[in-house]
Amino acid sequence: MIYVVIVFLWLSVCLYMILGGADFGAGIVEFLTPKRYKAQARASLYKTMGPIWEANHMWLIIAIVVLFVGFPTIYATLSTYLHIPLILLLLGIIARGTAFTFRNYDAVQDDWEKVYTRIFVASSIFAPFFLGIIAAATVSGHIDPQAHSFADQYIFSWLNPFGISVGIFTVGLCGYLASIFSIANLDNKNEQTRRIKEINQTIVLVILTGLAVFVTAYLTGVPLITWVISEPVAIAAVVLATVSLAILIVQLRKRNFKYAKILGGFQMIMILVAATYSHFPNLVLLKGGGSLSLFDEHGADKTIQMLGWALLIGSCFILPFLFYLMYSFGIKKDKTPTID
Amino acid sequence: MDDFIAARSQMAVSMAFHIIFACVGMIMPFMMAISHFKYLRTGDETYKGLTKAWSKGVAILFATGAVSGTMLSFELGLLWPKFMEHAGPIFGMPFSLEGTAFFIEAIALGFFLYGWEKFNKWFHWICGVIVGISGLASGILVVAANAWMNSPTGFDYINGKYLNIDPIKAMFNEAWFPQAFHMTVAAFGATGFAVAGLHALMILKNKNVNFHKKAFNIAVYFAIIGAFLAPVSGDVAAKSVAKRQPIKLAAMEAHFDTEKGAAFVVGGIPNEEKMDIKYAIKIPKLLSFLVSNDFNSEVKGLKDFPRDEWPPVIVVHFAFQIMIFFGMVMMLIGVIYLFAKFRMKSWLQKKWLYRIFVAAIPIGYVALEAGWTVTEVGRQPWIIYGVMKTADAVTPMPGIQYSFYFFTLVFISLSLVILFLLQRQLKMVPYLYDPNDPLYQTKNKKSKS
Repeated sequence: MIYVVIVFLWLSVCLYMILGGADFGAGIVEFLTPKRYKAQARASLYKTMGPIWEANHMWLIIAIVVLFVGFPTIYATLSTYLHIPLILLLLGIIARGTAFTFRNYDAVQDDWEKVYTRIFVASSIFAPFFLGIIAAATVSGHIDPQAHSFADQYIFSWLNPFGISVGIFTVGLCGYLASIFSIANLDNKNEQTRRIKEINQTIVLVILTGLAVFVTAYLTGVPLITWVISEPVAIAAVVLATVSLAILIVQLRKRNFKYAKILGGFQMIMILVAATYSHFPNLVLLKGGGSLSLFDEHGADKTIQMLGWALLIGSCFILPFLFYLMYSFGIKKDKTPTID
Repeated sequence: MDDFIAARSQMAVSMAFHIIFACVGMIMPFMMAISHFKYLRTGDETYKGLTKAWSKGVAILFATGAVSGTMLSFELGLLWPKFMEHAGPIFGMPFSLEGTAFFIEAIALGFFLYGWEKFNKWFHWICGVIVGISGLASGILVVAANAWMNSPTGFDYINGKYLNIDPIKAMFNEAWFPQAFHMTVAAFGATGFAVAGLHALMILKNKNVNFHKKAFNIAVYFAIIGAFLAPVSGDVAAKSVAKRQPIKLAAMEAHFDTEKGAAFVVGGIPNEEKMDIKYAIKIPKLLSFLVSNDFNSEVKGLKDFPRDEWPPVIVVHFAFQIMIFFGMVMMLIGVIYLFAKFRMKSWLQKKWLYRIFVAAIPIGYVALEAGWTVTEVGRQPWIIYGVMKTADAVTPMPGIQYSFYFFTLVFISLSLVILFLLQRQLKMVPYLYDPNDPLYQTKNKKSKS
């Protein structure tokens, strides 16, 4: 049963990165779009995210709940030493969710919309940045429960060049995903061409920041390259991600957007595989070589049993309903959702 | 400010904020579903407009509840890591089920808000009902987790270790039913009075009277159900507290001396140092009767408990008095309304009746917050009653006060924005929601850009 729970934990993180990430990306694409095209871009982006954005962010809650029910020590350690970036992430999530809803449902249309939009765009960049920082901090080996000063314990656990570059990389990835996911909603040829150009820009951004991640990892002593090349699975994941990127660019040229969507999601999965496989089952690497393993730090056996069942049964309810929601508003393009 | 006090204050502010939106998410979908049902049955466009108006309110308040709930799921660990480290595997079961319920709520809301004229009308209606049911379910499940903190079961605490963990037993702890029942009823009352009051205000202002009367007539029954069931569920809750947490009951009643045939204390100012209460009205033997159905049973007083295990008596006592007072007021308003409805129809046209409801807008929520103050402050100094002290659970990170100030500011500004948005929704009723208003636009700007 522990494997079921771990698979669910991994899946919910993965789905959060893909769906929630694309959702964050909507704000980032809006930011990158030149001013005169903003209104059109916005319309296509919200068409994709309007009915579904709240469900996309539920994956984060599922991951957190699995963590604190199943792996309480890991949850407690992370929330103690990464208190500050978690607070900042939360702030981003709160600001973003409320700004989006307020903009969407405000009965009167006036200048307030600009305020909501600014907050929405800013927090769309802010939140995934700290998400990346937190992810980096779990494996960078800078969390040091033995440290004495406030700065060493609570700030340098996450604030380092490696974390920052992973943060920027995550922002780039989110923008990239959103621009791919929303392109199918553009009917106009010119808009599509412009969006393809934007996708290419985000690809460059992702590659550059990806390289920066490796460089900063090397500089801060995180053995990232060793992790990737020592495991055949990790190498395969990186190779597949790169190959699918090439296919994706070709498919975009052919305007085969459906494949592009699938390939984008696939790449995200491969990146996560590469990032997590080599230190599985360790979830957190501490300073001085210690680690918190999913196999050692789990809660009582009975709890894991019940949690596994709850997740299995819960997903029987959630998944069909969720797929139908995505199908209704995503693939059936002819009927666009209206909120009136 | 002390870090421990700051952590407690931050938790209190977050909960107090979240609870309002959580209750709206539990109850308003049902109002919406009733109005929607009436529309589907009668074809009256006003009900369609009303359903849409309410669904916008639900969307705004649900999103706020969702983000503040996400915040809370992190805050549990951010502020109380030692508590979560031990309690997580024991009381986590309801949280994992709640995750499911909440997820379904979010999906169903997506269907409902964007599904007009897109799906089979009854499928669409059912989605609205599912929003309500899953909202209610998640509320009950979260309360079950809180109840475990008051009535910890499902494990053995031996030499500082938590052994033989049974998460199902922990979920169905002794306190969960009384607490969940009382909370659900309170959510009905609080949301019912708030919504009815807002529409009463618009009726008094003579704006879209027909539209707002229809809304008022639905909401008022939620208010009345809540008001009448509150004493019943409160009685169940009080008996349960008396049995499980006699010290909390003693603090609620500022009851210092153990005695037989104990009096029910109304009002007064308790003094913890002198261990007495001044200016209180005492109703002889009533407390004994309320907790055990026997006028002469013994009720334990605070003096029987170690001084360092007392909760802050003044806070708990005042909060309890406030809750009872507003609970009674709500019931009185309910009686007046039913009397008007069935015996004195002419009252239904009177302005004073609606003025009462306008005045009653906040009281349900005041009672609700007061009730939670009783539950939470009354459990102190424990975070897990009798097992772990709150002070031992707090995060070692210093400087929590800044995060407290900061989040208080965030919550205050969010509340202001939400009030502003709701006021704008009300202002736009003639244009967007009431089809009988001359200003109504079938194609309005907001519907499609």
